[in-house]
Amino acid sequence: MEFTPIIGLEVHVQLLTKSKLFCGCANFFNPDNPNVQTCPVCLGLPGSLPVMNREALRLSQKTAMALNLNLAHFTKWDRKQYYYPDLPKAYQISQFDLPFSYDGWVEVVLPSTGEVTRVRLIRAHLEEDAGKNIHDESGRGADSKVDLNRTGTPLLEIVTEPDIRSSEQARVFLEELRLLLRYIEVSDCNMQEGSLRCDANVNLHVQENGEAIPTPIVEVKNLNSFRGVEAAVEYEIKRQSKAWQTDHKRLGEVPKETRGWDAERGLTFAQRGKEDAADYRYFPDPDLVPVITTDEQFDEIRATLCVLPATRRTRYVKELGLSVYDAGVIVDQGREFADYFDEVSTVCGDGKQTANWLTQDVQRELNERKIQIGEFAIPAAVLGSVLQRIVNGDITIKSGRDVFTELLTRTDDGKNVSVESVDSIIANKGLGKEQDTGKIDAAIQTVIDNERNAKAVEDVRSGKHQAVGPLIGQVMRDLKGADPGSVRQMIIDKLMS
Amino acid sequence: MDITGSTTGQLLKAMQSGSVSAVDVTQAYLDEISADGETIGAFLTVNSEGALAVATEVDRKRSRGEPLGRLAGLPVAVKDNICTKGLATTCASRMLENFVPPYDAHVTTQLLNADAVIIGKANLDEFAMGSSTENSALKVTRNPWDTDCTPGGSSGGSAAAVAARLAPLGVGSDTGGSIRQPASFCGVVGLKPTYGRVSRYGLIAFASSLDQIGSFATDVTGAALLLETLAGHDNRDSTSVDRPVPNYSATLEQPLTGLRVGVVSEFFGEGIDADVDTSVKAAIDVYRSLGAEVSEVSLPHTKYAVATYYLIACSEASSNLARYDGVHYGHRAEQFENMIDMYAASRAEGFGAEVKRRIMLGVFALSEGYSDQYYLKSLKVRRLIRNDFDLVFENVDVLAGPTCPTPAFRIGELVDDPLKMYLSDICTISANLAGIPGVSIPAGFSSDGLPIGMQLLAAPFEEETLLRAARMYERETDWHRKRPSLG
Amino acid sequence: MLSPEDVQKVATLARLKLSTEELQQVSRQLDGILDYVAVLNEVDVSNVEPMAHVADVANAFREDEVRASLPREESLSNAPKTDGKYFLVPQILETA
Repeated sequence: MEFTPIIGLEVHVQLLTKSKLFCGCANFFNPDNPNVQTCPVCLGLPGSLPVMNREALRLSQKTAMALNLNLAHFTKWDRKQYYYPDLPKAYQISQFDLPFSYDGWVEVVLPSTGEVTRVRLIRAHLEEDAGKNIHDESGRGADSKVDLNRTGTPLLEIVTEPDIRSSEQARVFLEELRLLLRYIEVSDCNMQEGSLRCDANVNLHVQENGEAIPTPIVEVKNLNSFRGVEAAVEYEIKRQSKAWQTDHKRLGEVPKETRGWDAERGLTFAQRGKEDAADYRYFPDPDLVPVITTDEQFDEIRATLCVLPATRRTRYVKELGLSVYDAGVIVDQGREFADYFDEVSTVCGDGKQTANWLTQDVQRELNERKIQIGEFAIPAAVLGSVLQRIVNGDITIKSGRDVFTELLTRTDDGKNVSVESVDSIIANKGLGKEQDTGKIDAAIQTVIDNERNAKAVEDVRSGKHQAVGPLIGQVMRDLKGADPGSVRQMIIDKLMS
Repeated sequence: MDITGSTTGQLLKAMQSGSVSAVDVTQAYLDEISADGETIGAFLTVNSEGALAVATEVDRKRSRGEPLGRLAGLPVAVKDNICTKGLATTCASRMLENFVPPYDAHVTTQLLNADAVIIGKANLDEFAMGSSTENSALKVTRNPWDTDCTPGGSSGGSAAAVAARLAPLGVGSDTGGSIRQPASFCGVVGLKPTYGRVSRYGLIAFASSLDQIGSFATDVTGAALLLETLAGHDNRDSTSVDRPVPNYSATLEQPLTGLRVGVVSEFFGEGIDADVDTSVKAAIDVYRSLGAEVSEVSLPHTKYAVATYYLIACSEASSNLARYDGVHYGHRAEQFENMIDMYAASRAEGFGAEVKRRIMLGVFALSEGYSDQYYLKSLKVRRLIRNDFDLVFENVDVLAGPTCPTPAFRIGELVDDPLKMYLSDICTISANLAGIPGVSIPAGFSSDGLPIGMQLLAAPFEEETLLRAARMYERETDWHRKRPSLG
Repeated sequence: MLSPEDVQKVATLARLKLSTEELQQVSRQLDGILDYVAVLNEVDVSNVEPMAHVADVANAFREDEVRASLPREESLSNAPKTDGKYFLVPQILETA
């Protein structure tokens, strides 16, 4: 049986505002203290009215720009009506026919093939999140509990075209989307806490007798991990292909099915169909007024966008000569890491050297300390200064590591470090390479002339080059830093001539 | 002094001069309310203790020479769909019978800041849906001029309270005439401001795009004074308009020279009561005699207003009232099979027939396959109705006509005929659809001794013109001085 | 004319549990009202923009500032059933 999976995603992203979308209640994840971030507005108390949070709109528009979406100059708010205990007004303030943005795309690279694919976006719109229902899992039928702390959190809904063709692509798209949203600092995209959530619409186009037959679309809801998205889509593809072989049901022959994902058992399950077909009865919310945004305002928002992940990857490869792999590693660490990389590489002037240090030395220290780059105590300018000296040949890589270690010792003691600290460490430890060949030559002569070294000198002269080691060590000690390779060569040259 | 027989102006003066205290005034009205018992039945909650506490505080402030608000010591009857923190706010519905808001409506705060005394919460048609206050699930309110008649509605409690001198001022809400029509039926002044003039924050919504809070008083001066307190921008209501509030009472006594009065021919159409026709025409003659230029004008889309109104109002109401599902507040049924059944049973028990009827109509008008034909269509006709007004206001300053085609009808008369009841709103609902201000002022009596109201309408935010024009007429007549004889 | 099924569907959407008599009565009344509102069919609205808002207001925003929430006790104070922390509702069934 030959078929193509057809997958579209609906992604919900909570925005990082201080307050909720339509009221001043605090917007933060607080499941342990239910119903403390609530007021007449988000409780939907009779008589209360919503007022739009300016920042939520700004963050939404900023996101749309990063997702290559077109922005509408005119947008409005509609009511989407349905009953659920976590929706106290029995309608959700959302956007229906005139969303603030439409027609965009995100490019993702498939790790398995390296193929660059483009996933088109139908729209992104802004709406309010619902609260949380907590169900009795005991099976004894106890009451469900309702917590409205989350009610009214600004929520961006991003809807893709059904452009995704594999579970891998679905996962990578979602990862790229999360990376992008974190770069532009509109959401923390924490899937465990539900600030990034995903539903997947999956069906198959089965090839039969030269015809592509679409199978019924299934919506898989509440996918709350990247692995979950990949596994659930994979499961659905297999389940649907088996279903096709047994029932041959085509799209339209059965009502659209909604299924849940059981992460523990690794399977999707049918959710109870709604008793009445959904009829959301959308209409413009009379309590809210339309929003008009000018081109000047769009320009102001655009100016706050940072360089996006995809642009950085390309630049690192093309301009800094990084491997695709290294560029990916750095960019995927997140905006702070990439910004740190940018600053270090600008200061030292060598992207590859910077990449090596960041992906090895720095990453190791971060892991050991279990911290993020933002908490790393060596400022990028300071590390850049260390690497700059290596790049310029002022110190050796080994000396650079010594400086790095010493810097960390100081920061671990709670001290601040600066470019001056780098200077003083190099001076105190004598790590600066001696560049004056006359001085080096004099130091070598002194060591050769020292009687204690007579045996070693003789050994070298007789061709036992391994005996040069102790001599190099003494020269280096005297010079407080020199390039050991060239010192070795100079000793051998002198003794063999 | 005859406290309850006084106007707001007289009461303010007396309290300022010290001849009576705020406590005297409040106590006098509380005594009237308790003497009335259930004869008029204007109030759902009498705020005796709270009112006396505020009055005491006003007297204390006055004795110390502290600054006082413009309504200092004046009792106000507040319609019971306006939230008052800690004081039951029921919408006259079983659904909210036990609802005590944890917050104040914007106008409640404005009243308290003006040192007004909230004397009680006034009866209304359930969720302000009705034209007779008969749809109150909690109480019957009667017309002070004839207790067999309704006081009109939906702000029937506020209108009846002011007419029966149970309070000198009343606050109501007007979605399709719910201030002006009961003002007309009860022989008092009732003012509906421009949409957006008064914040709706804390007004329990019936139809959000039509609802507007306004004032009742025995005279135009009182209504103007109260509007000054209620009006103004509030950033908690997105539809509240940010423009300064004129000092209405300061210009009230200045007659308008060259006033142009338009007489809407459509408001004198089929079904108009002969006494109403005569009285209102006579009232318009008063304007002629004052030198106003009176002309006949047409609002050609008036015949579509009732249909348009009911579609819009019910559509919005079906959504606004969806939140009453027995989960977070309000009535919850005791018997149910599961959660969905709990919703349906709670709502069936909590809402009265008229509310259910309107929810049904609204859900239908918004439902898939019908919303273009009904809801969307009504929004388009709404624009045409507004355009009619914009056009006539290019040539006239105010429009004059009857507030209602008939005087007060009898209790029970129209209960079984919702459509006929809806049609009695014909003269008032266009103003809500267009968002313009309107006022009903006493303009005579029917042969049965029931009050007749004249409605004046003005262009958006022309409340000052409207009130001055109303006062011009009021100065020439003494209809507003007539009091119902009770008991 | 609305069929009994139509009216029942509306009642279900409206979450109103209506008795057979109520359904019949509402059905009759809705028919009457719909007959009446059919008057709007006379109006030519082909070039008319719908008017959702009568006030000429756009861009009403609040700044992103945190305001005090209600104490939980007040948030739950009007609820028919709580455990002091949560609103309680009959069990919600998620699965078949």
